[in-house]
This record gives sequence, structure tokens and C-alpha cells, in this order.
Amino acid sequence: MVDDKYEPIIGLEIHVELKTKSKMFCGCAASWFGKEPNTLCCPVCLGLPGALPVPNKKAIEWCVMLGLALNCEIPLFSKFDRKNYFYPDLPKGYQISQYDKPFAINGSLKIKNIEEKIIRIRRVHMEEDTGKLLHAKVDGENCTLIDFNRSGVPLVEIVTEPDIRSSEEARNFLKKLHQIIRYLGISGADMEKGSMRLEPNISVRQLKTQNSNIKAISKSLNLVGDYPKYKVEVKNINSFNFAKKAIDYEIKRHLELLSNGETPAQETRGWDEKKGITYSQRSKEEAHDYRYFPEPDIPPINWTESQISNLKSQITELPDDKVDRFIKSYRLSEYDGTILTDSVETANYFEKAIEQLSNEKKNQLTPKTIANWIINKKVDTSKTSPEKLVQLIMQRTQVVQIDEKELEEIIKKILAANPKAVADYKSGKEQALLFLVGQVMRETKGKANAEQIKQKLIDLVSISRV
Amino acid sequence: MRSTKTFLSTDQVRHVAHLAHLPVSEESIAKLQKELEATFEYINKIKSLNTKGVDETSQVTGLENVFREDIVDNKRTLPQKEVLSTAPSIYKGYFKVKAIFHEE
Amino acid sequence: MKSDIVELTIKKLRDGISQKQFSIQEVVEAYITNINKYESKINAFNTVQNDEEIQILIRALGNNTEKSLSGIPFSLKDAYVTKGVTTTAGSKVLDGYQPQYNATAYQKILNQGGILLGKNSQDAWGHGSTSENTDFKIPKNPWDKERVAGGSSGGSAAAISARMVPFAIGEDTGGSIRNPASFCGITGLKVTYGRVSRYGAIAYASSLDTVGPMAKNVEDAALVLTIIAGKDPYDATTSPLPVPNYFNELKRGIRGKRIGIPKEFFQEGTDKEVIQKVKEALYKFEELGAELIEVSIPSIDIGVAAYYLLAPSETSSNLARYDGIRYGHTRNNFTVETMRRIMIGTYALSAGYYDAYYKKSLKARTIIIKDYKKAFEKCDMLIGPVNPTPAPKLGELTSDPVQLMLSDVYTLTQNIAGIPSLALPCGFSSTGLPIGMQIMGNMFDETTILQTGYAYQQATDWHKMKPKL
Repeated sequence: MVDDKYEPIIGLEIHVELKTKSKMFCGCAASWFGKEPNTLCCPVCLGLPGALPVPNKKAIEWCVMLGLALNCEIPLFSKFDRKNYFYPDLPKGYQISQYDKPFAINGSLKIKNIEEKIIRIRRVHMEEDTGKLLHAKVDGENCTLIDFNRSGVPLVEIVTEPDIRSSEEARNFLKKLHQIIRYLGISGADMEKGSMRLEPNISVRQLKTQNSNIKAISKSLNLVGDYPKYKVEVKNINSFNFAKKAIDYEIKRHLELLSNGETPAQETRGWDEKKGITYSQRSKEEAHDYRYFPEPDIPPINWTESQISNLKSQITELPDDKVDRFIKSYRLSEYDGTILTDSVETANYFEKAIEQLSNEKKNQLTPKTIANWIINKKVDTSKTSPEKLVQLIMQRTQVVQIDEKELEEIIKKILAANPKAVADYKSGKEQALLFLVGQVMRETKGKANAEQIKQKLIDLVSISRV
Repeated sequence: MRSTKTFLSTDQVRHVAHLAHLPVSEESIAKLQKELEATFEYINKIKSLNTKGVDETSQVTGLENVFREDIVDNKRTLPQKEVLSTAPSIYKGYFKVKAIFHEE
Repeated sequence: MKSDIVELTIKKLRDGISQKQFSIQEVVEAYITNINKYESKINAFNTVQNDEEIQILIRALGNNTEKSLSGIPFSLKDAYVTKGVTTTAGSKVLDGYQPQYNATAYQKILNQGGILLGKNSQDAWGHGSTSENTDFKIPKNPWDKERVAGGSSGGSAAAISARMVPFAIGEDTGGSIRNPASFCGITGLKVTYGRVSRYGAIAYASSLDTVGPMAKNVEDAALVLTIIAGKDPYDATTSPLPVPNYFNELKRGIRGKRIGIPKEFFQEGTDKEVIQKVKEALYKFEELGAELIEVSIPSIDIGVAAYYLLAPSETSSNLARYDGIRYGHTRNNFTVETMRRIMIGTYALSAGYYDAYYKKSLKARTIIIKDYKKAFEKCDMLIGPVNPTPAPKLGELTSDPVQLMLSDVYTLTQNIAGIPSLALPCGFSSTGLPIGMQIMGNMFDETTILQTGYAYQQATDWHKMKPKL
């Protein structure tokens, strides 16, 4: 779909709600979802006269850890600033955020589609969430209802450089970021619940050169020409898939306008998932003058190098490193490694199962086998413990210790002793087969493999079936 | 003082009033403009202060790294009734205002 | 004698109660009598607790009558949130507002058994130095009711001067405790920034606001300070430094102390009588054994411009929460003066002007801090006047905003630098109006300035004079 003469320029702005116990600047519980309105509020998060903010240490540490996981620099000096604007969900009339000295800067995230690509992270900073607005009709009149339970919940904002060149790249980036956040355990990062929010900034740029060689080189450097003079921000995207759809829609819309000689308006648009379109919300040209200034009520933050390395050491193995280790230590393919490490829960499950192997004297299972069982969902891992899984596999894949001929004899004996079961099976009752298998297994005292028995039984019965 | 006089147009006054969400009547704009100009005429002295090599001081405390632990402290959390007790307009536990159409 | 009760220090009141010379009821009634007698002429209160409410408060003390403030009446500037008691900060925007929580300083006094008699009138939001910028009552100077009580904590100063309360908590952002203390002939302390919690003090300018005691004398101010000072987990700008027992350490005296006289505090344009009375106080200090040294604070003039950029900028942000949705009334209820300050601040922070104005004044602050540091290398404290004149007449200063700004020249830079300053009476004008001086100290050195003020009040009687009402 991407025109040869144009390429999309996409940057992402992502907000992540941290799952701290308390809010960013007060001790109210941060778990606001599903609670009765305005029941998790105090003078601070309600913006009452005279209230003052005191920052949540854990939230800040988690923000720094996310920055470290994204290969960011952590400047030793950082501070909060006030972002001043009026909106009914903003109780103080300003949001405490970070302007020019954020906690983390200049990071990167490697994504892979066919080739690997680095997406640069401009900054990662802390801010507080706003209240929630609901539109309603009361006594026949349209009105807006406000709930401040969410006001003051810690938010981390991640801003990328406009390095993304397709909706697929954007989706890969989001998935990767989501995975890292889940690995760190700092947020549910659920787009549908709103604990991860996305606003892509999209524009389309004409490629300055037609020379395909230079284009190829320059493309990987992201340095072709200048950035377009406009960009469109899209809001209200609630899933990775909708993100891809919305970006695709926008790119197409921009291309159409550009090919007609028009420049798309610099504005904010909303994604309508039902109609599959974006619609204009307001002109971004009327940019807010946020009148940022350093937050006087909160002393600045000055890290020591050892505090930062301490935080770094608290980051448990991240996905990319885990995949590498799985490939090396367990001789798995990259494909297997990637699937197993998709969620840290699955990876841990796998490694617990591996632990069981060394406990078994008859160590005949390979990590590959266990990997296969998990990847191909041969059992429900949420209902089966790793120990049980290993037992099951052992049972099913046990090497046959019985002579082929001996097995046949036993089977024939069982078949002869259970004519009713044989008849049932022949008339289509699968249960009867299982019964017969069980009988044979008992007779062989576990020396034969259930799969093998089953197969043999079927063969022998079908021989007599004509 | 002439050279440091700030010319504050009535448009600028209106713009600042709008930024500050201050409903200033048209009649007051002219008066405000004169007063603000007079004030800024004096305040403009600051521009001639020699601040070469001088850093800003935002905080006089010298404090750093003042945090609170991440624990839920319900001592200050207010019951819904008290939260809403001072509001002019409420509905089923929410604060109520006229419908807002533009989204942030 | 009931009339004598209102002249006693807090300590003597507490001793009298403990020794059963008089009861808490009698103490409270003595002050209420004065409120009833004089309030209609003085306008020191926006809200006075009624008799029933006060009786409830007294009963609530129960058997706990041995705390440091048990049964001692007091008032608060209307800028402090008091649960269940109307709090307006002097503005119609908060007309009728009943806060849902208590300011820390207030709670600390309550914990020591203090009895709140009411909330004092003030300039709205602290915006002013005459208490005339208010939607409610304008307090009168008890020494001359046609003159201002000062501001913005004018009501608190007037209440103490008229013996309606023994102490009050005011709030000083650019002189708002010292200015009215000086005009009304009482004692008021601007603390070091961060010495007392601002939690629950309706913010004017966050980096300048201080919470401080006002009383008839230094001794009472020191006693109250010891109670309200200290780190507060709800205010991240409060200092973790331990709180000395200021009251117990008052009696050191000032022999051997060095007093700096900043020459810029005795400028052309300052009333000759004011200068005279401050100089006489300096001679008294010499008599008491202190050494006088000339010092310089050259940046006090740029301090006016810096303050009138910093404070309005911060206030424009602090007042943004008043949107009438969760509490209070709509923004058209701001006074003209307040709107002016909000607009100045909004402009100074706005795109294109931030560097020239707000950022520049943050640099001016660095210079001012340096000036004070340098002066304090040569001395232990500085002394100068508080106001350039005695109390002006009502209406005299409100018509000229620039004049109003300039009248604060001696009190602004201490807030910018964060240093403490104690205002106390040092004489009278020939027309019988109080004149005050201020003793400025190093950061967190309230001890020295309180000791000095105490020594002065042991050797003089100005603080014992009271207006004929």
C-alpha cells in the first residue's frame, strides 16, 4: 500500500498506568477500576485548597527501570514541572508532569519483522493521571459527569522518535513494549482497560530521491530528507490491532490528500472502531500554551550512580536476553524460544518443568519435547502444574520395554477376553477402545506405551474387521 | 523608562485572560490594559539585571529526593459524601457539569 | 481580673489555669468579651465561632487540660483550612466553603488543646499589603480606625492588637505577617521557608509562602512556633531539621552578637520617624552588648520586580483549581486585583516570555540569596524597618498598583531568599501610630532572632502598649 514515492513517518506516544498500591502524590489506593465514583479521593488528588503533593518512590523507581529496560540514559538530575491547562477532569488546573528534565532519555527498542530495526526512544517520564469524564443525559439535558478516582494515579509516558515506517512496525513495537512492561511487572498494560494508551503521530513524507540505492541506504538510517511540516495525532485506540488499522487508514488518507496536492491538516483525530475511520476532533494548530515551570512543591531528584545501578540490578531478565539464553541453554530454535518467552509466566513454567527433568532418574526427555508440548498446547498449562506435565510426557513417550511379539500376544489375549468391548468398538464406541487400552496397559505392567498399544489394538481389530 | 515599556495590546490582554480562564468583560479590558502596562513598565527592570553565569534557583530548601513509600494510607481518603459535600452540582456520586464536547 | 487576663502571656495563662487562679471558661470568655465589644468596629474576623460551638470545643478538651495550649483561645487567618468551619481566603470564590480537612499547623494547635475562636479577615488569597483587597470585611487598625491594619494578615494583627485573641497564625509570602504586625504594634514571625508545614494553607505563591505565629510578644510567638514547626509527611518542602525548643532557649541574651545594618533598608523615601525609631532600637541593642556592623543587600531593589514576577506566576497556577466544579464559585468572582495578578503571572509564564520574565526572576533569586549569605558572613542577624511608613489611610494605596508594590520593598527579599524575619514594635510616630522593625536571621536560625527580640522586649515596653478602643 505504501507508495514508492512516499513513506509514512510515525512516532508513538504511549501512556502506561503503573500498578502501584497508592497514587502518585498521595496515599489513596491506586486501584480505581470498577470502584464507586469519588470514593478513592483525598484533598491532594481532589485538588482541594491547601493540598500538597508528595511523590511515590516506587512509581519513580519503576519509571527509571522501564527507562533502563529501554536502554535509556538516566540523567542524575531530574525534576517535576507543572503543565498548566484547564479541563474539568484536571482538579488542580495543572498536571504535575516532567518537562525538560525527565527521568530517562535517548533509549531504543529493537523490533523484528523480517529484518531487525531499532526504534529510538526520545524520553520516558512520570506524570499523574486525570479524573474520568462520562457523558450522560440527566433530566433530559446533556451533561458531563466527573469521577476523580483515577485522578493522581501514576502514569509513565514513553515518546518515540518518528522512526516507525509502517503500521506493522508500530504494532511490533507496541507488542514488544507491552512484553517488556509485563516482564518488569510494573503495569497490567491492558489497552482495553486503559492501563496502556496509545497516540500515534502520523505524517507522510515524500522521498526526496528516486535513486533506489541511496533510498535503500537512507531508509535504514531514517535520514531521507526532512520531516513533513504537519503531523496528525490519533486518539481513542484500544488495541494493537486497532492501532494498525487506524495507522493504515491515516496513511491512506494522507496519501490521497497529498496526491491531490493538498497537505493534511495538523490536528487531532479520533479513531472510530465501528466505522473504521478517523474523524477530526480539534485543530492541533491551536496548540496549548502549557506555561511549564518547575514544580515548587516537590524538591528535585538527584540520583547517585549506585542508586541507578541498584535499580538496574533489580530488573530481572528481559525477553530478548531470555530468548538468547533459552536458545543456548536448551538448544531450542529461535521460533520456539520466542513463543516460550512471549509471557514471563510461560517462560517460568517451562523452566520449572525443566527443573523436574533432573529429578527424574530416567532422564529421557529433552527440553525440546517439553517445549513442543507447551507450544502446541497439548495440555492446559493453567490447569496443569509443571511437575504434572513432566509426568504426563513421561507416560506418553515412554520407550517401549516390551517385545513386539509379546505385546501382540497380550493384546490378542485381551481381545479374546473382552468380546463385548470389541463389538462395541466395532460399532463405533471409542470408549471401548480406551477400555481395552487400559486392560492391556495393566497386563503389560506399564512396560508398553499407551500410544503404541492403541495403535496395535486398532490394527489387530481392523484385521478382524472386514 | 520609555525604552522598557511593554506594549500590551488589548488582543494580548484578551489572550492572557482566555489562557487564564478569567471572564473579563470588554469594559474592563481597557482599564486592565493600562494597569498591566504600568505594572510591567516597572517589572521590566528585571530585564536589565546582569545574570551572566547565574543559575536559576527554583527551590530555596536545598532538599532533594523527598518521597513517600508506596503504601495505601486511608487516613486522608474522604468518604464520597464528604467529597461531594462542597459541590454545586452532583448526580449519583459524580460531579456534574454542562456537557463538554471537545476532548483533550 | 478579667481585663488583666487578656494582657497575660500564654505561659502565664497556662500557669493560671493549672494553678486554678482562673478557669479555661474564664479565659475564653475574657477574649470573647473583647470580640463582642470591638469586632463591629475592627472587622478582624470573617467568621467568629458562636457560643455553642465554643462550648463544644471547651467540653471536648475533657480531662486533657495540661497540654501546652489547653484552653488557650486563638484565631487563624482565613487562608487556613479548618474542617467544618467556613474558610474563604478572603475571596467570594470560596464564600461559604466548608473544608473537609484541617491544615497541619491548625491540627497541631488543636492537639495541644487550643480553642479556635474564629477566622481572620485578609487580602483575598494573600494578594495585598493592606487587607483592602477582599470581598469580605476590611480590618481596621485598632490604633486608628481610619487606617489600614496592614496585610495580608491584617485581621490577625488587628485581633491581637485589640486583645480579641492572644495569638493567631498568619501567613507571610512577601511581608504579610510582618507588615500588619508592624502597623498594629504586635509581634509576628516570618519563619524560614520549610520550617512550618504549608499543608492546608491555601497557596498564594508556593515557593514563597510561610506559616507563622503572631502574638503580643516574642515569648508567645516562640512558644507557638515550637508547637507548629517541624517536618510534615504531607508537605515535601518541610525541613527534616530538628525543632529546637525556641521557648526554652529565649533567655540567652545578645551580648557578643553582631547585628548587621543593611544600608539599603534605610532608603530615601522611607519615613524619617520610621528610620529614627529603628535607629533607636539599634542603640538599645548596643547597650545590651551587641556589636553593630554595616552591611549591604544591593539586590533589594530588584527584589520588587523579581517578587512581582515570581509570586503572580505561581499564584496564576495555584488559583487554577478554582473552577467552581468541586467547590467554591466561578472565576468571575475574583477581585480585580486578583485577576490582575493572575494575568501578570500567566503572561510571565507564557510562551515567548518565560525566559525574559519567570526564568530571569529565578536568576534574580540566586543573586538575592548570595547577597544575604554574604551579609551573614559578617554578622549573626540583620535589622531594618518593616514598612517605609506607618499605617496609611484606608484607600490611600489601592489606587496605584505600582505604589503598592514599592511599599513592600523591605519585606519581599526575605521570602525570595527563604530566610526568617521577626517583626516587633520599636516605637510610635508622632501621631501615635506603631512603628515596627524586623530582625532577620540565617536560614533556620529562628533561635537567634527570637532571643534578640526577647532581649529587646525585656528592656523596652513598646510591646506592652495597647490601643484605646
